[in-house]
Amino acid sequence: MILSKLAARPVLLLFGLVAAFALPWLIYPPVAMDIACWALFAAALDLLLGFTGLLSFGHAAFWGGAAYAAGLIAVHWGVPFPVAVLGGALFAAVLAVPIGYLSVRLRGIYFAMVTLAFAQMVYFVVNQWRDLTGGENGLQGVPREFFGMDLSDPFFFYYAGLPFVLLGLFAVWRIVRSPFGRVLVSIRDNPARAQALGYPVERYKLLAFVLSAGLSGLAGGLYAISHGFASLHEVYWTTSGQAVMAVVLGGIGTLWGGAIGAALIVELNDYLATAGFTETGLVTGGIFVVIVLVFRRGVWGTARDLIAARAARRSPAAGTDSAAAQVEAPDRQEVTAR
Amino acid sequence: MLEQAFNGLVGGAFFALLALGLAVIFGMLGVVNFAHGAFYMLGAFGAFVLLDSFGVNFWVALFAVPIVLGVVGVVLERLFIRRLAPLDPLYNFLFTFGLTLILQDLIKSRYGVQSQPYPRPSALSGSLDLGLFTYPTYQVFVLAVSLAVCALVWLALTRTRVGMIVRAATEKPELTRALGIDVGRWVTPVFGFGIALAGLAGVLAAPMRAVNPLMGADLIITVFAVVVIGGLGSIFGSVTAGFAIGLVSALGNLYVPALSQTLVFILMAAVLLWRPAGLFGREEALS
Repeated sequence: MILSKLAARPVLLLFGLVAAFALPWLIYPPVAMDIACWALFAAALDLLLGFTGLLSFGHAAFWGGAAYAAGLIAVHWGVPFPVAVLGGALFAAVLAVPIGYLSVRLRGIYFAMVTLAFAQMVYFVVNQWRDLTGGENGLQGVPREFFGMDLSDPFFFYYAGLPFVLLGLFAVWRIVRSPFGRVLVSIRDNPARAQALGYPVERYKLLAFVLSAGLSGLAGGLYAISHGFASLHEVYWTTSGQAVMAVVLGGIGTLWGGAIGAALIVELNDYLATAGFTETGLVTGGIFVVIVLVFRRGVWGTARDLIAARAARRSPAAGTDSAAAQVEAPDRQEVTAR
Repeated sequence: MLEQAFNGLVGGAFFALLALGLAVIFGMLGVVNFAHGAFYMLGAFGAFVLLDSFGVNFWVALFAVPIVLGVVGVVLERLFIRRLAPLDPLYNFLFTFGLTLILQDLIKSRYGVQSQPYPRPSALSGSLDLGLFTYPTYQVFVLAVSLAVCALVWLALTRTRVGMIVRAATEKPELTRALGIDVGRWVTPVFGFGIALAGLAGVLAAPMRAVNPLMGADLIITVFAVVVIGGLGSIFGSVTAGFAIGLVSALGNLYVPALSQTLVFILMAAVLLWRPAGLFGREEALS
């Protein structure tokens, strides 16, 4: 029993890695790249939503801000694309400092409103600063420079971009597993107690916010480079909403669930676009409503519950030993008045 | 300058009506209604469809559309919002977000994204001489209606028994219940009323703003900023901030046109820095 539990982790990891490497063989490579970027975006958002208890509804500012920053760096300086991507991530993290500083003072639903408002401000700035960003046309002609190598084939670019995504996912996982991550979870579950134990709650939240924004920026920058342009859509509020949707669909606080949620949503959007269906909001909004009403644990959360229930039936004593049990999804249904 | 200030107040009239609806719903239910902007948009489309397809004029729409949307709000609360209410408030926020996407694209699939024309009612088509300048009659009417509605709601909240219950339930729901008042009975009507206010704002917007499926979403995010500035959980603060922000952004637009859209968010940042609970807010909203 315990042995199978220990074995489960490397098997899952191996499975995830194989899936990540095999993806462009299985589906259209540009879509595979989108899935990889969105998977990192969702995991970065889950760092805040699932492990710090903060619903940011403004992460499009960091994803899209980094998309523009990476695009501009690549267009104007012609540097190798990894430099542009990392520059975008850095930009997002820096942008998150003032926004986070002001937002973490508020809690619960107010935090969501304020982050949404700040992201809208970023959207307006990008929209109005036409000389720099191209306004409604977006930033066109972003190059994919890498020491003269030809990366124009999306199939090869997927493998060029994948290390960034894996690095980002590893960073999220490492943060969650670190002592710092444990403090975040304690802040999520009982901020007053964390404060009483001497942890500066607001500073922890701010750091989590900046890290999450930087990792979202890593994903957003890579997304812009892979598409060769950055559009206003990346900074629009629907993008923030879609990221939240990916996390909720995958399972809040499950880390890898977000990647599954992201894959499902990107695939769905691609399918709808290919089918020539333009009112995607009817479908995505409908799915969102259904998830929130009846499927709040998400794909990963539900699967884990089922496995846990089976294990508990087999041997009632086992099942509470793993460290994961302490960090796992918050049962938001029990958290009422915030 | 004075004319621009007047423009600002008219813009603020919409902020105030929407912020008022958001604030009463939030106060009573603890729900931040993302779909508020979508209902504003439905209000405008309701007026458009009534005129375009049925020849029903503006004056009838002004009453009929808010009532119909209010009923829709009641049904929505009964079927869905109520079910999610005991959970974390984030779920109702996410639910109304999904609802917004559905409503927007539902209208988009029928009418497209281009703006629909809606003529001003003939009785309000001219201009009024306000002494220092002349001003479109319709805009004056909008301002008057908004002020009157806000004042009426204020009177109802402070002078009637229902208002007393709503205020009590907003401030201390548990205690209100303990005093033997059935708070739950008032939740549904208050939600419907808040939605009706959004619909009213939408009908008022139809003759002077572009009627299109996206008109509500961008506006509502600005209204969120207004509510944060006015004070979290404060109905009075939300309305006051609505008019004030309208005025300030119009004047800001006059002197620094580049900031016209971002000014309200800069103000929000300043308020958060100085008074995190907002100008009229209570400290309990803070962590």
